[in-house]
Amino acid sequence: MSMVQVMDFAPPPVQEREIYRYAGCREADEGVRTLLQACLGEAGKVLQYRVCWAKVACHAEKGVCDFGVFSVASEALAKNLQDCREAVLFAATVGVGMDRLIARYQRLSPAKAVMLQAIGAERAESLCNAFCDWLQQQNQKLRPRFSPGYGDVPLSVQKDFFILLQCEKNLGLYLNESLLMSPSKSVTAFIGVEGE
Amino acid sequence: MNVLEYLKDHVLLMDGGMGTLLQAKGLQPGELPERWNLSHPDVIEDIHRAYYAAGSHVVSTNTFGANCLKFDDAELEQIISAGVQLAKNARDKEENGSPRFVALDMGPTGKMLKPFGDLGFEEAVSVFAKTVRLGVQAGVDLILIETMNDSLETKAAVLAARENSRLPVFVSNAYGADGKLMTGADPAAMAAMLEGLGADVLGCNCSLGPRQLRAVVEELLENASVPVMVQPNAGLPRVESGKTVFDVTMDEFAGEMAALVDKGVRVIGGCCGTTPAYIARVKDAVNGKKPVPVTDKNKTVVSSYSHAVEFGKAPVLIGERINPTGKKRFQQALREGDMAYILNEGVQQQEKGVHVLDVNVGLPDIDEKNMLKNAVQELQAVLDLPLQIDSADAGAMEAALRCYNGKAMINSVSGKEESMKAVFPLAKKYGGVVVALTLDENGIPATAEGRVRIAEKILKTAEEYGIEKKNIVFDTLAMTISADHAAGVATLRALKEIREKLGCHTSLGVSNVSFGLPCRDALNGVFFALALENGLSAAIMNPHSGEMMKTYHTYLALKGMDENCFGYIRVAESFGTVQTGAPAAKQEEATGSDLQRAVMKGMKDQAAAATRSLLEKTPGLEVVNHEIIPALDKVGQGFEEKKMFLPQLLMSAEAAKAAFEVIKESLDTEQTAEKGPVVLATVKGDIHDIGKNIVKLLLENYGYRVLDLGKDVLPEAILETVLKEKAPLVGLSALMTTTVPAMEETIRLLKEKAPFCKTLVGGAVLTQEYADKIGAHHYCKDAMEGVRYAESVL
Repeated sequence: MSMVQVMDFAPPPVQEREIYRYAGCREADEGVRTLLQACLGEAGKVLQYRVCWAKVACHAEKGVCDFGVFSVASEALAKNLQDCREAVLFAATVGVGMDRLIARYQRLSPAKAVMLQAIGAERAESLCNAFCDWLQQQNQKLRPRFSPGYGDVPLSVQKDFFILLQCEKNLGLYLNESLLMSPSKSVTAFIGVEGE
Repeated sequence: MNVLEYLKDHVLLMDGGMGTLLQAKGLQPGELPERWNLSHPDVIEDIHRAYYAAGSHVVSTNTFGANCLKFDDAELEQIISAGVQLAKNARDKEENGSPRFVALDMGPTGKMLKPFGDLGFEEAVSVFAKTVRLGVQAGVDLILIETMNDSLETKAAVLAARENSRLPVFVSNAYGADGKLMTGADPAAMAAMLEGLGADVLGCNCSLGPRQLRAVVEELLENASVPVMVQPNAGLPRVESGKTVFDVTMDEFAGEMAALVDKGVRVIGGCCGTTPAYIARVKDAVNGKKPVPVTDKNKTVVSSYSHAVEFGKAPVLIGERINPTGKKRFQQALREGDMAYILNEGVQQQEKGVHVLDVNVGLPDIDEKNMLKNAVQELQAVLDLPLQIDSADAGAMEAALRCYNGKAMINSVSGKEESMKAVFPLAKKYGGVVVALTLDENGIPATAEGRVRIAEKILKTAEEYGIEKKNIVFDTLAMTISADHAAGVATLRALKEIREKLGCHTSLGVSNVSFGLPCRDALNGVFFALALENGLSAAIMNPHSGEMMKTYHTYLALKGMDENCFGYIRVAESFGTVQTGAPAAKQEEATGSDLQRAVMKGMKDQAAAATRSLLEKTPGLEVVNHEIIPALDKVGQGFEEKKMFLPQLLMSAEAAKAAFEVIKESLDTEQTAEKGPVVLATVKGDIHDIGKNIVKLLLENYGYRVLDLGKDVLPEAILETVLKEKAPLVGLSALMTTTVPAMEETIRLLKEKAPFCKTLVGGAVLTQEYADKIGAHHYCKDAMEGVRYAESVL
């Protein structure tokens, strides 16, 4: 049976270009660079990098992916997971501290809030990358990760993720009525594991 | 025998894990274990029996997730009454030579509380209340609230237990490897809050093994004056040949638990991975151990969602700036519900180094109850300082204390009967450190002796309400020496007496001493030093006052409370240049182009300074129309031409706002000719408001009065404001496809009931087609376009 593991990661390297992209900033002048550094400094004090995950059986055929614990009807995901016998399902979050910081600056400085939103998005993605790198180091050959809500995978699959991974307890991560996650800078995804 | 009576002279043994045992019996992932009370009653009863047989005094019902968010009312009632009955059956069948009790087990709701989640605080209270009532009805002996990883949700559960039962309440939190709850609270903060709320036992469980929990347990033992409980996991799980096993053996577990009992833990048991066999070993390991007596730690403590602040160590600075008295701009902000202004006052004081924030939002013509509650909720969402809730209105005080995420300071009670009658019951119910003013029906005694006598009376009355001395801090009332030359001496003497003879902590609004005299800061600074030397524990003060902060830092350094004088050295540089209440040092004369450059470059401080300088010769409206607006226009144009980007646009807008603040202060509020109003809201069901906030900032920059209704706003509420204010324009934001229908409904309602009003929509999921489909007058792809549209229709 599947077991859920919880892991903390060291802060992954910051990808400034990605942050600027999320902030809608094609080029950064001195003022924007200073803003980014100030925001990174504040965010650094509250960011955490936590992932919980489980490895489950996987059988993808004719637009249905069966993971044993639940199944998903999706052509796109079935294609992504084709021939994989196992899949890793994970949830990753950079923590509620980031939401607090964003909430603070939405009131006090929208410029900082936009930058912090971008930092949060980049940090969450970088955390996922760090997790996938780690998985790969365990001699696993991985497919690109695939998140609920993407393509034809319904967002309602989030519920199955939360039941399987017990994100509330393991990460302090919750699903609200609209199937959005709190803390907001969080990601869930499937990763197909290729056979030997 | 009551469980608390037994606990007085014994170590109390709880049970161990339930979930892991049920999984071994075939519980499937995703299956709700509480349903097994109905489908597999024999399995559940056997597990309870095994725990009693192993020596448990308390067994907790299989109701961890039994709440009305997960089950409908009928099933919930069945699950809880069956669950309690199964534990009672086990208790009756399994004689183990000790008293045996049944605990109603309550875990988290599974939802995150507002503002970061979508469960309201009162909703959470009523969810727990339902479970508590069913458990009480079924006949449990105590209530166990456990594995809670959010302090505010824990508070909701304890309030529900207290308000719906008279049973003992045990509260246990899940701390992470960093020694904190997921939402940030450390053990000292939780101990302060939970004792304040009247928890009978508090502690920690789950998440870690006994060794990793040791530091958390030690901190709890240092701070709690009630018994401490610990129910760790059997370490961390791993899979071994297809089976989940835990890495702490029974003997290790029992040994660690015995060591914790030696340190003073009084209630022990296990969580995930522990079994009746673990509990039997623990029983043997602690057999014959003499329980360490629980002592009153006698600490005067307040707390926030993250940490506790203790009185009696370094002086506590309480920032006084969140208070409208005598501040026109603050009053205006309150009347407009401008929370950003209040937050900003809080953040600035935190940056100056205060430890607690006083919050007073009382004005004769506002709904103080709602305003105070909102202010507390807004402040505690984004600031980690404990709050001192400052109100003369008992209803407002209760509303704020109830939703406060921690143990607050309560400002204030006095020696008047009426005051004590209003305040003490609130302090007893919600916890808190009460600021007690040494005055009564006859006013403020002129002498120190008179004030001490009132203090004694207050202490006696507090005791009658069950409020301990450590939770009262006396304010001996600084009076101005300009009216009575001996006033300062009387205050200082009263301080010393109360500190030394009554053993209580003290607080003062220091600056009152200099009222009516010139150069007040000089007097305040020295009086503060004298008061500290006479035993003052806390000061309600203005942290922007250079002299006060100088006194504070020099006092710490001179009294050996600043190792290597690091703190002093860090701030000393600023001593020469801090503003001391006098007008800012004369700066070079600024020109219009300086202001324009500052706005375009997004430099807030420079924009404010240049505006201040320009205002000496130029009328405010001219500065707006000839400098600020043209600068903003250039930035807006750059943005539209994609030469500048969102962060730059916003930085400029913020710099312009800083300039406007300076102009606003210089004008009477009535004079400012404002356009609009424009009503803004994020529609019902949607909780994203960053885009809306950006539009608001820019509209304000362009001189529009903006009524921001916030997020998740009902169509009816938007209509009501539009009708009341005759608003010609409404901006609606939605970020999720699921909330666009709410936007459509709002537009339909507005067209029908307020046809004079134009609607403007925006948000990530909207497109021109979508906007047309739902009947909006205009679609904006970005905030600048919102401004352009407002200019074209207003």
